[in-house]
Amino acid sequence: MTTITTTTAGHGFWHIAYLGFCALVFAFLIAPILVIVPLSFNAEPYFTFTEGMLRLDADAWSLRWYRQIVEDEEWSRALANSLFIGVSATVLATALGTLAALGLSNPAMPARRFATGLLISPMVTPVIISAAGMFFFYSNLGLAQTHLGLILAHAALGTPFVVITVTATLAGYDQNLSRAAASMGAGPLTVFRRVQLPLIAPGVVSGGIFAFAASFDEVVVVLFMGGIEQRTIPRQMWSGIREEISPAILAVAVFLIVFAVLFLLTVEWLRRRNAR
Amino acid sequence: MEGSGRPYVEYRKVSKSYDGKTTVVDDVDLDIRKGEFLTLLGPSGSGKTTCLMMLAGFETPTSGEILVDGRSIQNLPPRKRGIGMVFQNYALFPHMTVGANLAFPLEVRGMDRGQCRERVERALQLVQLEGFEHRRPGQLSGGQQQRVAIARALVFDPELVLMDEPLGALDRRLREEMQYEIRRIHKTLGVTVVYVTHDQQEAMVMSDRIAVLRDGRVEQVADPETLYEEPQRSFVARFIGENNRLHGKVMGIEGDICEVFVGGEIIEAIRIAPCQVGDAATLSIRPERVAVSPKSGLYTNEMVALIEDITFLGDYLRLRVTVCRTSDFIIKIPNTVGHGALLAGDKILICWTPTDCRVLDPETEGEGE
Repeated sequence: MTTITTTTAGHGFWHIAYLGFCALVFAFLIAPILVIVPLSFNAEPYFTFTEGMLRLDADAWSLRWYRQIVEDEEWSRALANSLFIGVSATVLATALGTLAALGLSNPAMPARRFATGLLISPMVTPVIISAAGMFFFYSNLGLAQTHLGLILAHAALGTPFVVITVTATLAGYDQNLSRAAASMGAGPLTVFRRVQLPLIAPGVVSGGIFAFAASFDEVVVVLFMGGIEQRTIPRQMWSGIREEISPAILAVAVFLIVFAVLFLLTVEWLRRRNAR
Repeated sequence: MEGSGRPYVEYRKVSKSYDGKTTVVDDVDLDIRKGEFLTLLGPSGSGKTTCLMMLAGFETPTSGEILVDGRSIQNLPPRKRGIGMVFQNYALFPHMTVGANLAFPLEVRGMDRGQCRERVERALQLVQLEGFEHRRPGQLSGGQQQRVAIARALVFDPELVLMDEPLGALDRRLREEMQYEIRRIHKTLGVTVVYVTHDQQEAMVMSDRIAVLRDGRVEQVADPETLYEEPQRSFVARFIGENNRLHGKVMGIEGDICEVFVGGEIIEAIRIAPCQVGDAATLSIRPERVAVSPKSGLYTNEMVALIEDITFLGDYLRLRVTVCRTSDFIIKIPNTVGHGALLAGDKILICWTPTDCRVLDPETEGEGE
């Protein structure tokens, strides 16, 4: 009897310790992000909680920073730039990445591993190196400080995500379906459009989302390559932090967090749909 | 059916190697007649599926060529061959309804909607799945999916249909039902079918002719009865039905009859494989062609056998005996009056006629299983 009680008590203690540890890890990962949310409603131009805020005084909270970023021309332009560059880079990266994944999944393709490694490399290379390289290369082509240059650069950074997700989806794709379609008289394009693409669509879309996210929060390449005309949201935040420390940045950050959560939810939803 | 004239499909010295060293298909010559149901039968790795895939166009022969209707199909991509294909895992498009699956080959051919619907209905009728148009493949049972796959391979009226182990995933009862179903469809349409299986019983039930493959080579092509009664090679004898094999040495040849020395006995047998005095040979004899003799002097081949084991199987008895120093020799005898007297450990006189015992190419040791 005694032994059993001891064991249960011991088990209980360790279980609570385990839960406590998990909570700490969670707080470590999430707290710095979550703390931004209440701070963005600060009525004062500070990055700290005012006494009023802590007392939950209604006057200490406000939407002024949200109003400011909506009304401010620089922020609107940054948003427009981010969306334009992000969407264009995503379309490019999705198309290229999907084609690459199709080729890399073909057993007849020579040097598959090498080619895969090469295509994935922008993901593991430190961005500062890619960015510096791109800057010199694109400058020679006259593409530095242009929207096109940034779109191409971001597409290169986003393509690996698409390659990875589409390759993963293709692993679960039954090649006999393509063969069956071909035996019924369908040409390669019809097979792709009517059979293969609908079935690998979840991988293509989640790859696209990752590619968009990669472009949407990218700052290093923009720092190197973008001029004043190509300022994206992260770039605008960068100068915001350096030039005028204002909680407007926090308001933008909250927007970005909401975006990120939405992306993740979509990807997860696609993953589950695909698993069925 | 065309009794004479050109075969519909011709394999001419077809070989296939993936790595340049091992040949998966080795110098295959095979004729398939129009309208026949031909089965490629063999164990896994015998090259039967590769043979089929080369005909479908998903694999290219390393050498040799395949003709359909007298024309080489070497340079035709699969989609232009007009061959219906049923895959082992059905390969139904999971994102389309049954109706859309069946309509796919028709739409690709640019058929108009009305005609399309009519054909789809007819195909569903053929496989007895009327009213399933709007279901998705995932909502069907394995047997129903298989029927849809067959209907889809037939809906565009191909002259040739290939089936790659289509019943492999089904349970035994359903498989037997589908065997007769496919046979019925073949008879109804008169289409040429090339069927791949490793199941000899399935091949026997369904086929007009069977090509037995082994290690990429065709061992024998014949109708099921001939294959069972007159195997030309010891592999075929072993693969089709139950078979006793005795290994010995040819001692004398007289016309078609050989005298073969096996485990201390001389057995007279009919010569099938080319052999000479002194050659090693494998004798093949079916269990049901061995009789238990009431007295000696009735047959040329008479042997004393020791009963190891008796299994009662209702209409017949299955005896495992040792004869000619070979154990695991099987005899099947009908359950008639008087056989109840047999007991394990008894010595009995067994016999068979020389024509039921075939001299085939020698099997190397350990090749038995």
